[in-house]
Amino acid sequence: MEDKKDKPGLLREVLDGASGLVGSYAATLTHLFRKPVTEQYPDYKRPMPARTRGRIILTRSPDGNERCVACYLCSGACPVNCISMQSEEGPDGRRRAAWFRINFARCIYCGLCEEACPTLAIQLTPEFAFCKDAIEDFVYEKEDLLVDHGGKDAEYDFYAHAGVAAGRPKGEHIGEDEPVDVKSILP
Amino acid sequence: MTDILLGILVMLVRMAVVLAVVFGLAAYMILVERKLLGRFQVRYGPNRVGLFGLLQPIADGLKMLLKEDIVPDGVDRRIFLVAPAIVAGAALFAFAVVPFGPTFTLFGRPVPQVITDTDVGLLLIFGLSSLAVYGVALGGWTSDNKYSLLGGVRGAAQMISYELALGLALVPVAMTAHSLNLTDIVNAQARLPFAIAQPVAFLIFIISSLAETNRIPFDLPEAENELQAGFHTEYSGMRFALFFVGEYVNMILLGSVTAIFFLGGWHGPFLPPILWFGLKVLAVPVFLIWTRASLPRLRYDQLMALGWKCLVPLGLANILVTGALLAAGL
Amino acid sequence: MTALGALFYLLSAVMLAAAALAATRRNPIHAVCCAVIAFLASAGVFVTLGAPLPGALQVVVYAGAIMVLFLFIIMLLGLPVGKGMVPAARLVAPGVFAAATLTALFSLIAMDPAGRISLQAATAAPAAVGVVLFGDYWLAVEAVSLLLFAALAAVLLLGKARQESPKGGNPA
Repeated sequence: MEDKKDKPGLLREVLDGASGLVGSYAATLTHLFRKPVTEQYPDYKRPMPARTRGRIILTRSPDGNERCVACYLCSGACPVNCISMQSEEGPDGRRRAAWFRINFARCIYCGLCEEACPTLAIQLTPEFAFCKDAIEDFVYEKEDLLVDHGGKDAEYDFYAHAGVAAGRPKGEHIGEDEPVDVKSILP
Repeated sequence: MTDILLGILVMLVRMAVVLAVVFGLAAYMILVERKLLGRFQVRYGPNRVGLFGLLQPIADGLKMLLKEDIVPDGVDRRIFLVAPAIVAGAALFAFAVVPFGPTFTLFGRPVPQVITDTDVGLLLIFGLSSLAVYGVALGGWTSDNKYSLLGGVRGAAQMISYELALGLALVPVAMTAHSLNLTDIVNAQARLPFAIAQPVAFLIFIISSLAETNRIPFDLPEAENELQAGFHTEYSGMRFALFFVGEYVNMILLGSVTAIFFLGGWHGPFLPPILWFGLKVLAVPVFLIWTRASLPRLRYDQLMALGWKCLVPLGLANILVTGALLAAGL
Repeated sequence: MTALGALFYLLSAVMLAAAALAATRRNPIHAVCCAVIAFLASAGVFVTLGAPLPGALQVVVYAGAIMVLFLFIIMLLGLPVGKGMVPAARLVAPGVFAAATLTALFSLIAMDPAGRISLQAATAAPAAVGVVLFGDYWLAVEAVSLLLFAALAAVLLLGKARQESPKGGNPA
């Protein structure tokens, strides 16, 4: 059966196989002396980018008012229905949330609420590691969500651009013309 | 009468020492494997429990002990409960004939560093390694799970096949040493270890013992991506730990056996014999871990082809050549 | 009774009980397990008699190889698992056969009252066994090996005959 053509082929095969084995052993050996790429997480926390999608907050405008106008857009955009609220009218005529609730046990941190928000009120923060022993503790109320800063766009104030001009004369919004007095309009 | 009692006491102490050392080594071998494997893959491995993760095996052992021991419905209860003990027990029992060093004299009595110095040590180790098949096969069969059954059948077929190659690799060793006694085999290597004198037998032995211990690249009985965990899929808690410890005790046994048969046992320059033996014993598991990091798993038909079509004929030819050389007086 | 004697009788009892269970179990796996225990106990009996070589061979050949093959075949075939004992009627023929064998064995032992000759043969060192086996009985050993070779060749031939087409089989 074995003619002379077979012999070098077999030897060749054995040598190829052996060199393959040696190659893989050598590769792992060189890896042994490399510095591990692992980040030692609790000791070293990698600084996360500002737009990382983590825990959700409700921000305030520069003058300290709540930005949220309880428009339900975030609640409507939420794919897992984890945001719920009840809107009401405040004493100054502006709308606001009577209560605002996010169930973080459901939240998938997709950021669609943040995109839907017309007033930049609801924002996702880079904080991602918050664990609880009980699942009920993941239900955050408005007090837990409200922070006292403006988040990613601290200078933005929705009511300076649009909305009910409570306590201010009309035409005060940025980029808004003076109100036209239709009765005195003359050619 | 006091002589008999003293003899029994010495025997018990020797067994306790060997058992403690082997169990400790097995527990820390798990840590060494995880650490080394981590470094081979450019990561750290466990380093949280205690300094450098040194308490990790103890934490793992405690966890395993406290876990629920689940016996699934439909299993053959008695066999299911015994199977892990067969694996661990066969491996531990084999240490009875492993010599750890030359006989030394204590209080005017010769103290051999072996539990039983028998003339059939090689055969006994061989037989016990073949008994481990029962643990794998029965554990797989009784689990009442198709993956376990496949793992068990694979394990049985693989271990039967490679036992043959293993035996054939040990025949030239016994031939050159003129003995089956492990101490004699070690003493026959005082000048030249058999790894150099019998390179082909050494190669066959290493490959087939990798298959005997079900380690990568021959871990088909527990191939994770095909069979979940193979024969120990249904095991949990302490019984799973027993399978696990059995595997690592097997690694250490393999290290000792390789050291005795091929690496010259406790012979070596400069260092004391027991240290040499320990170094050689530990070198083999480290090599096994290195292999695990380096090689992919074989396909089942490749495994069988390698065993029957390559290693067995090679082993037979090696025996023939060795016999011819011995007959020629070389 | 010495400690060794006690061990001998203990192991013998285990061996007999396991053998009886192996013969009567309807669950094939249980029968195999009992047979393995019987073989291991008999290996122990050999060791207590001062004959480690037959003991080791018992472990290697019977417990370690032959019974594994039995187990393997049973697992592969997936035989239906029975319960309890084999019906007594089916035990008659094997029982008679076993009794005949036992009688022959006992008469052989009776011819050699203290069991000196057989014990001497059993306790021989491995080297002495090898010398006798491959020196005095080399022809028998060769005949057996030829027989095994013939069986091997036959199995290879039978296994090959199925695969007519070279394509479609496994490449290895």
